[in-house]
Amino acid sequence: MEARHTLSVLVENKPGVLTRVAGMFARRGYNIHSLAVGPTEDPNVSRLTIVIGTEAVQLEQIIKQLNKLVNVLKIVELEPDGSVEREMQLVKVSADPSLRSQIIEIADVFRAKIVDVDHDSLTIEAAGNPSKLEALIDLLEPYGIREMVRSGTIALSRGTRSITDGARPRMRRVV
Amino acid sequence: MEITGAQAVMKSLEALGVDTVFGYPGGAILPAYDPMIDAGFEHVLVRHEQGAIHMAEGYAHATGRVGVCIVTSGPAATNLVTGLTDAMMDSVPVLAITGQVATTAIGSDAFQEADVTGITMPITKHNELVHSVERIPQAIKEAFHVARSGRPGPVLVDLPKDVLNQTFTWDWDQQVDLPGYRPTVRGHGRMIREALDLIAGAKRPVIYAGGGLVRADAGDELYRLATTLALPVVTTLMARGVFPDTHELAVGMPGMHGHYAAVRAFQESDLLVTLGARFDDRVTGKLSDFAPDAQVIHVDVDPAEIGKNRAVDVPIVGDVKVVLGQLLDVIDERADKGDLDTLTPDTADWRRHLADLAEAHPLLVDQPDTGVLKPQTAIRAIHERWGDDAVYVAGVGQHQMWASQLIPYTRARQWINSGGLGTMGFAVPAAIGAKVGVGRDTPVVAIDGDGCFQMTFQELATAVQHDIPVVFCVVNNGFLGMVRQWQSLFYDDRLSQVALPQDLPDLMKLADAYGIPGFRVSAVEDLGATLEKAHAITDQPVLVEFRVDPDEMVFPMVPAGASNDELLETAEEWYERVAAQTPDPAAEPTEPTTSPARGGDA
Repeated sequence: MEARHTLSVLVENKPGVLTRVAGMFARRGYNIHSLAVGPTEDPNVSRLTIVIGTEAVQLEQIIKQLNKLVNVLKIVELEPDGSVEREMQLVKVSADPSLRSQIIEIADVFRAKIVDVDHDSLTIEAAGNPSKLEALIDLLEPYGIREMVRSGTIALSRGTRSITDGARPRMRRVV
Repeated sequence: MEITGAQAVMKSLEALGVDTVFGYPGGAILPAYDPMIDAGFEHVLVRHEQGAIHMAEGYAHATGRVGVCIVTSGPAATNLVTGLTDAMMDSVPVLAITGQVATTAIGSDAFQEADVTGITMPITKHNELVHSVERIPQAIKEAFHVARSGRPGPVLVDLPKDVLNQTFTWDWDQQVDLPGYRPTVRGHGRMIREALDLIAGAKRPVIYAGGGLVRADAGDELYRLATTLALPVVTTLMARGVFPDTHELAVGMPGMHGHYAAVRAFQESDLLVTLGARFDDRVTGKLSDFAPDAQVIHVDVDPAEIGKNRAVDVPIVGDVKVVLGQLLDVIDERADKGDLDTLTPDTADWRRHLADLAEAHPLLVDQPDTGVLKPQTAIRAIHERWGDDAVYVAGVGQHQMWASQLIPYTRARQWINSGGLGTMGFAVPAAIGAKVGVGRDTPVVAIDGDGCFQMTFQELATAVQHDIPVVFCVVNNGFLGMVRQWQSLFYDDRLSQVALPQDLPDLMKLADAYGIPGFRVSAVEDLGATLEKAHAITDQPVLVEFRVDPDEMVFPMVPAGASNDELLETAEEWYERVAAQTPDPAAEPTEPTTSPARGGDA
């Protein structure tokens, strides 16, 4: 059965690594729901968060194929219950002065922030899991969404353990 | 000591023990060709870069060492694409060094610029565009390490011209530093015991021996396992010879054109002991019907192969030579205690059954005593003449299947061919590379088709110029035989674009043009005498053309997409089956995974 899986992938921070990962998904016919790339606490290591919808057998194959890429250091599947997942969203909503306060009220409920105001628009910054962000969009839609952008999912496991433990032979604990 | 990047390339290759590189100079790689004059290895000047990489592959196939080729940027590098893909599919350790335009010009669509690391990303095990001269020794050392360790494969190092010209202080002492690359070598202890338990309890076990055994040099270990426990052995196209065909436990080749008994051995087996094989579609036929009663032990150094196509009962990730050693250690231990019986399945009936099948279903050739020469007869005669000491290198198509079926191979690396990618044109350059690898005392015989031969025969010049005495045999049926066979069987004999006139070119004149002896056999009665003459020539390349019956087809055959249970032994069987039923869409070779875009050659 197809299910949503979140993979955290530590890779060497070298040119072309993202292409290697994305290319592997493309040529083997695997679908990516979302992909986010960014730095980690180690400048030599980048972290990809890849969300895929796939069956268990194929998930195993995807992880194995990722592992074959020489620049891939470590792969961890983050279970929904044991991790925190966030996406970030910026939404520009039509807002003439009479409606502004209503929209701000909605934003407050979602703990979203107003990051820009103009005569007839508001830009809202919101972070959360995908369903929360969709609910926000749902409520803002009647006011008229002029433009929006959303990041890929980023995620960390809950608790003290770090997936970078043991993955970085060249990293030393400073403190 | 300050040296240039180009000099560093030479020193790196020398330090790695490279004795030969296959290459072709050009603009961006020019700096490397100057210090090469004094380098401690030979350079074989090819006629096309595809020849260089296939030679590097042939060298690697024949020796187990890394084959090295070096070419310039742009079109030269893109000419490596087929060979890199071939090496990727068949796990051949190859190092490709390509020139690149200067770092300052990269991205500007400069003359002979191509994004070679981008292009070859999916067809190399790894590649690297080297940005600084200090990185050169380390990049080449790492490339070599990645190419030959774990599951071997091709690695490409792209060297910009300015990086080759810069100078730096030579340093070879750095360790290989690849934190993301650590192949598993030893098998899991518990899985080793479980594997032995499964084998002990099996009634119809069979070893499914793949090319990984050849790569791992595990022939001896395989032999000990098979003979100690009396397990029948099926050797795939990539593994022919790793277990001697002459041994009573040898069942032959599986798959689409496999030996009858080998195909049946899988279908009737209750346990596949899979060693360095990958359940390729040409072996399994319709996957859901493959070896339906069998449990599976799967040993592979590449974890991604395990469970990829077939569910596995006992997975063992590790170097197959090491894992076989682990299995044998347990076996030896039990034998010392005098209870080897506890590990040995009773396979006597099963082996007798397989022997009966083999006897009842031999390969069929209807060869008259005079006149028309059958291609199968030609290939048998080649083996009789050059014998068990020779290395045989095939192209792709009917001649390849016959050469694999008909020659009894007795050792690993005696049979070289393009299995996974099915690269027509492989034989001529690969045989040249193999000959360079094995040296003067071992004959190397290319068995090629007329279509394949015409794709790469320009490398005859390389063989002549560098005095590489390969025997080039061309089985000339005047057709793209395998494609024609498919058109005959599955497209109602409507032949489309498969005729290659037998006289075009005249191969005897071609031999003459290259200044090598040429022999032609057209009738079966001339076979012995002509091969005698060709065999007598060992100090220069020889071309032998066999004018054969164009109507011969390769059997047995499993129709594309069909179950291995539907193995055909003759064309008549197929035509009867087609006549007996209304058109069956399943019989049409329409599945993209099993139909050949390029089906291969005579």
